[in-house]
Amino acid sequence: MTRTEVLVIGAGPAGIAAATAAAENGCAVIVLDDNLSAGGQIWRGATVQETGSSSRGNTTKRRALERLRRSGAQVLGGRCVFSAEASGMLQTLQETGSGSLVEQFHFEKLILATGARERFLPFPGWTLPGVFGAGGLQSLMKGGYRVAGKRVVVAGTGPLLIAVATHLAQEGAVVSSVVEQAALAQLAPFAASLWAHPAKLVQGARYRAKLWKTSYRIGCWVLEAIAGSDGQRLGAVRVTDGTRTWTEPCDLLACGYHLVPNTEIAQLLGCELPGDFVQVDKTQRTSLPNVFCAGEPTGIAGLEAAMVQGEIAGLACAGVSSAPLQKRAAAERAFCDGMEKAFALRRELRSLPRPDTIVCRCEDVTFGSLHGYTGWTDAKLQTRCGMGPCQGRVCGPAVEFLLGWRPVSVRQPLFPVPLQAFCFQDERVEINKMNEPIKEKA
Amino acid sequence: MKPYDILIVGAGIVGSAVARECALLGWRVGVIEGGTPAGGATAAGMGHVVVMDDSPAQLALTAFSRSLWQQESGKLPKSVEYENRGTIWVAADDEEMAEVHARQRVYEEAGIEARVLTAAGLADKEPNLRRGLAGGLLVPGDSVVYPPAAAGFYLAEARRLGAEVFLARAMSASQGQVLLSDGVSLVAERIVLAVGTECDLLPSLPIQKRKGHLVITDRYPGFVHHQLVELGYLKSAHKVTDDSVAFNVQPRQTGQLLLGSSRQYGNEEPQAEAEILRRMIDRATEYMPGLKELSVLRVWTGFRAATADKLPLIGPAAGLSEDRSLWLAAGFEGLGITNAPGAARLLMDAMLGRKSAIDAVPYLPGRLMEPARPAHA
Repeated sequence: MTRTEVLVIGAGPAGIAAATAAAENGCAVIVLDDNLSAGGQIWRGATVQETGSSSRGNTTKRRALERLRRSGAQVLGGRCVFSAEASGMLQTLQETGSGSLVEQFHFEKLILATGARERFLPFPGWTLPGVFGAGGLQSLMKGGYRVAGKRVVVAGTGPLLIAVATHLAQEGAVVSSVVEQAALAQLAPFAASLWAHPAKLVQGARYRAKLWKTSYRIGCWVLEAIAGSDGQRLGAVRVTDGTRTWTEPCDLLACGYHLVPNTEIAQLLGCELPGDFVQVDKTQRTSLPNVFCAGEPTGIAGLEAAMVQGEIAGLACAGVSSAPLQKRAAAERAFCDGMEKAFALRRELRSLPRPDTIVCRCEDVTFGSLHGYTGWTDAKLQTRCGMGPCQGRVCGPAVEFLLGWRPVSVRQPLFPVPLQAFCFQDERVEINKMNEPIKEKA
Repeated sequence: MKPYDILIVGAGIVGSAVARECALLGWRVGVIEGGTPAGGATAAGMGHVVVMDDSPAQLALTAFSRSLWQQESGKLPKSVEYENRGTIWVAADDEEMAEVHARQRVYEEAGIEARVLTAAGLADKEPNLRRGLAGGLLVPGDSVVYPPAAAGFYLAEARRLGAEVFLARAMSASQGQVLLSDGVSLVAERIVLAVGTECDLLPSLPIQKRKGHLVITDRYPGFVHHQLVELGYLKSAHKVTDDSVAFNVQPRQTGQLLLGSSRQYGNEEPQAEAEILRRMIDRATEYMPGLKELSVLRVWTGFRAATADKLPLIGPAAGLSEDRSLWLAAGFEGLGITNAPGAARLLMDAMLGRKSAIDAVPYLPGRLMEPARPAHA
């Protein structure tokens, strides 16, 4: 059992900023993250921002990590939170070489900086080998997956598509097109608003420069992924602009429909979520007095918003005023609203799945079998949709978009854990895969 | 509006079974559900169709109901996942082994097949149980079902035969009239309350909530073959005062394992609780150490509708209410899935004045005229 004044969940930009601000102002801070090292999704491994030694992204990351290190906040990586209680305790699981380690953390204040994940929408063929999430393929590349010489179509919606396409091009892939579902009329006001955010504009231009051979198809979407001549793997995609439909041969499809927030811990704790996002006040405090939330779970707004919100949350935990930062935070929120409108999903995407298209990959539930139910609970009970190991993280947002059903309550464990993880209290427990557990006092 | 022959409040497995029985008679049936059909205790429970010999009346009802499940088993849709797994009551020591022999005689007298397993026989049937257990009692006729789909099947059958389903909350139910939250008023000769733990419509219902925790694992086909329950279960389940846990594991058709069980009174919070969960899992792993390493997908809780004498309320509400239009099918505690078809049959018999296959008197609601006091008070 470990006690700390401030516990931060997530070591991405928001969590780093939060932990730094709290620790610099005298709090004892522990930061937990699923990944082994700090950085989150955006600063994971060798990112595109790092290629030029003087590039801004790299500097921002290096500065943030250096300041975190100096602040005295302790980062504990490789730990996944699987249960949490608002009374001030949560439990983590860490994979070790021989098994897994369960730890309890008691906190006075909690800052949730849990980030976001990609949204997937089902369409015919989306389960074929060769079809990836856009962010998913990027993570694989960062982990060493080779794409050189492969023909890739990047599709879906959101600013991530261009970043992924750029990364693919750098790694030697042939990105034949980027297919963005948002209409030009929808994107234009957002693009214009970027003038108010010069940093983002520069970033955007840099991405674009690496993709001069790629068609950027706005207002288009992938109808179907088609197997190649072997009948097994992806061979082509059918793309449409709503009137015309064509086929683009490709080896890989990177397809993601923007981001959905990771709000599972907030929901398990009982924080208010009026819509998809965690409700926070000006100091990033949730409806629970000792729980704060920063970054994407409060609204998909990107790096700058995450950092300023994180800092505000950290200062709030330390009892320091964050008034000077709140104006910047408000501007970032406006950016967030603009982005939400720009990349709103078009209704045509609701008619992509056929009756036999799989919606829930864990339990093999088809789109056709989801009809005739009163809502998510009813369908879940009768079809098992969302009952598999991913707990509906993939199919939940898809079903919400396709059928308008609000997801139901979150249950522990937040991800599959060994049964043994529930067995001990106030102890640090090593679970060996083959043997009896070894208990040790923390 | 033309009156219904019968209105059933609650589309859990019991209400749905009653609806089907009535629809089969050609009655005009209305079913009222304020939440999700099969979304209450039906969704929370294990789905163990089991003969229990807690009392002679419980033995009679569970045996009768199980025979109805067996008769219908060939006609159930695949989604119901009916599997004739059999139950093994696991005896830990010689004292419990003596109990195994005694229960074997009780089952035999009731015409229920039950076989005594030696320590070696038990280990042979369930190699993942720990060594050193004394033996067990195998009841081969017991089975496992997926309760929401079973309830869904009954309700779909009722609808196919003309029953109407109203997805609205019943605000009041008396004198043959049910008022719904959407303003609709329905009229019927009889109203059946199949309300699980929701007693708002008849506050004199002598039902208490008894909380339980369940755990479901990822898929491990072949890890467990029968529903396994520690023999001490009856002892712990019979207690009406303390919180208790027992080893109870069920193999699902998906290969998943459903793990129970806990019983708590006086706790109406739906959150899973670390302490009772820990006790429950410790107990399970005591019997089956290999469970420790299995991956858990989900933990949830539910509430059983418990009565003071552990028997359900089936029949006219007379004694609990002056209202002659009110009938009850409630208070099934942990046996709602098992007893739903039998209860539906008994209720119909009572309404039609037919002779029942078993003596229905022990389940008449009037027996519990004094509202039960909370057991922990």
